[in-house]
Amino acid sequence: MGVTQKSVLDASGDASGPLSPGSGQDALLDKVQGELMDKGFVTASLDGLVNWVRTGSLWPMTFGLACCAVEMMHAAVSRYDMDRFGVVFRPSPRQSDVVIVAGTLTNKMAPAFRKVYDQMAEPRYVISMGSCANGGGYYHYSYAVVRGCDRIVPVDVYVPGCPPTAEALIYGILQLQKKIKRTGTLWR
Amino acid sequence: MDQALLDLGEFIIGALPKEAPSFEVVNSELCVKAEREHIVKVLAFLRDDAHCKFKQLMDVCGADYPEREERFEVVYNLLSLTHNRRVRVKVQTSEDVPVPSVTAVFSSANWFEREAWDLFGVFFSGHPDLRRILTDYGFEGHPLRKDFPLSGYVEVRYDDEKKRVAYEPVKLPQEFRGFDFLSPWEGSEVELAVDEKAEGDA
Repeated sequence: MGVTQKSVLDASGDASGPLSPGSGQDALLDKVQGELMDKGFVTASLDGLVNWVRTGSLWPMTFGLACCAVEMMHAAVSRYDMDRFGVVFRPSPRQSDVVIVAGTLTNKMAPAFRKVYDQMAEPRYVISMGSCANGGGYYHYSYAVVRGCDRIVPVDVYVPGCPPTAEALIYGILQLQKKIKRTGTLWR
Repeated sequence: MDQALLDLGEFIIGALPKEAPSFEVVNSELCVKAEREHIVKVLAFLRDDAHCKFKQLMDVCGADYPEREERFEVVYNLLSLTHNRRVRVKVQTSEDVPVPSVTAVFSSANWFEREAWDLFGVFFSGHPDLRRILTDYGFEGHPLRKDFPLSGYVEVRYDDEKKRVAYEPVKLPQEFRGFDFLSPWEGSEVELAVDEKAEGDA
């Protein structure tokens, strides 16, 4: 497979997080450059590469259900700009890696939401955004609301708040990236 | 302003003494009490008469007064852009007495009446398509009735064996908590102020 050899990237220490600019990063880049000049190719571990790709292009399903969707929009547009993290909203579950449940999930919506989740390709992740999606929130005792979207789908990250700020949602997305990197496997 | 409303009210009940027997002006708002079986005629009059011209039906609401003989009220809110005026028309009904549908007079009443049927169970006779509009498919009961329990009867959960969302009887591990904001260390048994919307016979 060509990945048995200890790679340059791994040798540089912590492979799970990006290196901050400085002498450490320069040293690594010089090393990679030298490797390229010398051999013409660089090796890296495959799962590391796959995780890098997955975390770098987490495409969320556009799934705004209530007021949380407005904060989700704030996170998406220019002020916070989730595109910087490779987070680009998709209108189709077939093209999505993650679904952000932004708002109150009602009983009537639950089967439709599950259908959307089932249509997403593996590996798929779920971010539960806001009190209503986390546990029913304000509508916990209502006759029409699901008491937490984890009753319908498995949830990876819960973002608390009513609604959570755009920063909080971005923090949740970064947490999910961290989780993917840490528990990164090829198959889920 | 109130005098104009009083004049209008007098005019309406003068023109329709049998169909709309009384009216009142509360907080500068005119409210006409109509007879249930003549509601179509009353609304058609309010829409077409030159002194009324209430051409827009803004909303049809329901209200539940369980202590009354006829427990429901259906409230029609009308707007006249011509005269810059609003009027409210109320009729009374009960669970099994139908109210004539006003969809022939105001087409906007279609979904409003479906909503009132869905949430209160007020039956509208002559409605072209009277079915639920807001609640879940196959929902049982009418949730805005006062005797409907807050948490309903069923909740949903994804059933991994059936591979679909399944309905189950409601299980609440923690009961609904009543908060007494007047005295935080006492029990929550506080006489609530009487419902000021309910009228004399309530």
